[in-house]
Amino acid sequence: MSETEIYSLRVNGKQREVVDSWLGESLLYVLRERLGLPGSKGACEQGECGSCTVVIDGAAVCSCLVLAASAVDADIKTIEGFSDGELTDVQQAFIDEGAVQCGFCTPGLIVAVHHLLENTPQPTEIKVKEALSGNLCRCTGYGRIFAAVTRVIEQRAQQ
Amino acid sequence: MKSASVRTRREILGASALRPDGGPKVQGSFAFSSDVWADNMLWGATLRSPHPYARIISVDISEALKIIGVESVLTAEDVPGKLTYGLIDADQPVFASGVVRYMGEPVAAVAADHPETCRRALAAIRVEYEVFEPLINPEDSISGSFPAIHPNGNLLRHQRVVCGDKDATGQIVVECEYEIGMQDQAFLGLEAALAIPDQDGLGVEMIVATQWLHEDRKQIALCLGIPENKIRLTLGGVGGAFGAREDISLQVHASLLALRTGRPIKMQYSREESFFGHVHRHPAKIWIRHHASAEGMIIKIEARMVFDGGAYASTSGAVLINAVTHIQGPYRCANAVVDGFAVRTNNPPCGAMRGFGVVQACFAHESQMDKIAIACGLSPVEVRLRNAMRIGDKLITGQPVESVAPVERCIRETDAIPLPPNMTLSPHELSIPGGSGRTADRQHIVRGVGWGVSIKNLMYSETFDDFATARCRLQDGIVTLKFATAEVGQGFVTIAPQIARSVLGVDTVFVDPTDTLIGSAGSTSASRQTWMSGGAVDGACRLVRERLFEHVASQHNIDPLQLEIDDTDIVDTLGDLRISVAQASSGVFFEETFEHHHRPTTDLDANGQGNCHVAFAFVAHRAVVDVDTELGLVKVVQIATAQDVGRALNPLSVLGQIEGGIAQGLGLAVMEEILMVDGIVKNPSFTDYLLPTALDAPDVVAVLVEEPDPQAPLGAKGVGEPPCISVTPAIAAAIRDATSRPITRVPVRPSDICF
Repeated sequence: MSETEIYSLRVNGKQREVVDSWLGESLLYVLRERLGLPGSKGACEQGECGSCTVVIDGAAVCSCLVLAASAVDADIKTIEGFSDGELTDVQQAFIDEGAVQCGFCTPGLIVAVHHLLENTPQPTEIKVKEALSGNLCRCTGYGRIFAAVTRVIEQRAQQ
Repeated sequence: MKSASVRTRREILGASALRPDGGPKVQGSFAFSSDVWADNMLWGATLRSPHPYARIISVDISEALKIIGVESVLTAEDVPGKLTYGLIDADQPVFASGVVRYMGEPVAAVAADHPETCRRALAAIRVEYEVFEPLINPEDSISGSFPAIHPNGNLLRHQRVVCGDKDATGQIVVECEYEIGMQDQAFLGLEAALAIPDQDGLGVEMIVATQWLHEDRKQIALCLGIPENKIRLTLGGVGGAFGAREDISLQVHASLLALRTGRPIKMQYSREESFFGHVHRHPAKIWIRHHASAEGMIIKIEARMVFDGGAYASTSGAVLINAVTHIQGPYRCANAVVDGFAVRTNNPPCGAMRGFGVVQACFAHESQMDKIAIACGLSPVEVRLRNAMRIGDKLITGQPVESVAPVERCIRETDAIPLPPNMTLSPHELSIPGGSGRTADRQHIVRGVGWGVSIKNLMYSETFDDFATARCRLQDGIVTLKFATAEVGQGFVTIAPQIARSVLGVDTVFVDPTDTLIGSAGSTSASRQTWMSGGAVDGACRLVRERLFEHVASQHNIDPLQLEIDDTDIVDTLGDLRISVAQASSGVFFEETFEHHHRPTTDLDANGQGNCHVAFAFVAHRAVVDVDTELGLVKVVQIATAQDVGRALNPLSVLGQIEGGIAQGLGLAVMEEILMVDGIVKNPSFTDYLLPTALDAPDVVAVLVEEPDPQAPLGAKGVGEPPCISVTPAIAAAIRDATSRPITRVPVRPSDICF
């Protein structure tokens, strides 16, 4: 492709150079296809499904809607940046409560739940549903996902 | 890639064992088919028709080939083998030639260095069309009033079912025409594959998200004109399926591009393309008349069912058979005259989706049950209990329901679930119909309750032998399983090790990669894999256990028939011997392969008589809804359900299927529909095709009715489809209850409630 330029992104605390990239590429595409971080998933290209959710400067964002080259000065955290070998409490709760089926929506939901609980440690049930209403899941009907979030909220309250 | 599951607590059958792929999935490291990649890879993309019906005058690819980065452009002329494919009838062109028959039909494919290069190449292909008026009314296909749009004609299948006294009448007669909209499976993981050509250019390896590797391989081989053994398919991670991956989508295109360019090809649909790239649930119109006694007992059913199959056959014929053979619902009915038609039109092709024809039939028969109840002065529960099918009752096809049929119990257990509390005087705005933004006023919100009960066949029908194969290897206390069963999220990867642990007394079970290096497992559809592939794994493990017992018995000079597995030990039931399986299998190697076949079925005759189905499962749903009668908005508050599961091999997994199926049935009830105008799809995106979100999810209260099925290898019935079938009519009935509107169509629109 023509129209290329070299730039770098700060992803999961590391500065990463993006080379030979067409400037029209979305952040999701660059993460997945150029930086070897395929954990963020693409499922709608319109910011409707939340599968590609990442945290940019503290905000949960659909990476499919962000032009990668516009994120050069931002701090980007992807699903790969949440666990370092050891599962987080949210990840463990998703497994234990049966909140994972096909798993395609799961990385985006894990990011969204962490973001929710960092900003609102003890959310109400309706607040949880509102916060997750931007993450579509086609397999679970959300019941086990709510159970997983509830478990984490209770665990953290006891700590 | 091997996945191991080793656990401390014994995760045998009946335990809520956790998914072995859960860890990778929550960390984003699980490789879906869209995540795979190869050196020197190109991207593939498809050019699709913008017209529902047109003659192709010319296709000019010369400008596309001039674009730097474009390596290949293929059209119908480049298909070396069979020019068409299809699951039952191969009537769908790999690329349109001469004519396009639906909006979105593939015309050409390109391979290039970047998705954006592909997009530009597709835009540079010049196709000249002569646009025709499309065939969009299924009645024109039945009457023959529209010229054939396909060499095979416009009628895909007609099936009549006649039984008993066709002149029987009842004191109560209720009739209506019902309509069901076109639903999309809307799995999240879009169609994707990586096709890698063999070095000699004579074969291809493909990593693909599919429901049935062996069927894909068969169809790809025919279109490529090469032997099946030149094609190896490996299952890539599958992001949901729900029927939409039963047909071929990009498999042939990607393989052709790989062989043509000699380079790996990655193809991945966008969401918009996905709406055009797979079949949908059939939209249907069902006229139905029930005759009943004054006591509400069904005497006769008359029905005329029309299913719009769209441009190509896919599984329309089989979907239709499910519809006509399930139109009585889970109720006794001695007399019936039913005509079913599956037709070809210039609408998008329709085929398999969770529920497979029974969803449409169920909306009609359940709506009718409520009409009978009203006419007879009975409650929705009472009319269903009076007619509930029992073991030994017959379908209108003459087929007896031979095995477990706990219809009455499903209804009573559902009825016993407490209703949710009433809405408070000042509810949270997100919990009311329409959600935030001051949509609904509390004073206009009315609560309603409705019922739905259903029967669903399990496995394939009409003489099809959809067997499943599995291999079990035991060595040093470790079991390795091999099968071609597509894991699409349903949880077979969890069940299979549970089976091995139960049969063989081991704890460590590996599952080899899922590919075509073993016999077919059949499709992950028709609620069949726990029964079929589960039966195959069970059979293979039992054969290995026999070998192990023979080995131990010969060492101790006893009869192997005295031995049995107790937890993780082998014990002599007549003596003192107790030895761990790990110890007994140390240094030995036993491997066995087993094919599980279900009992044979028959075709239907001209009157629709025959034992065409293998087995049945039943379920009841009760829906509670809040309806804003002023704006026509609906909030589903609670779904209560009791489901006939046979035996819950993994209760957590079963609950996941129930809750997920209910959400899809809710979608069909109140929001999900592919909208078309003259064959043009108007909403191929997640912005315009609405799916249930976390805020739309109702409280689900589920009871598992466990009566092990003696005909099932593990006592377990399939649990995937039943949850999504009768929940839709239950919600529609609840809206009727709240509004007194007729509600003869799903999805229910605001205009069906308000105007």
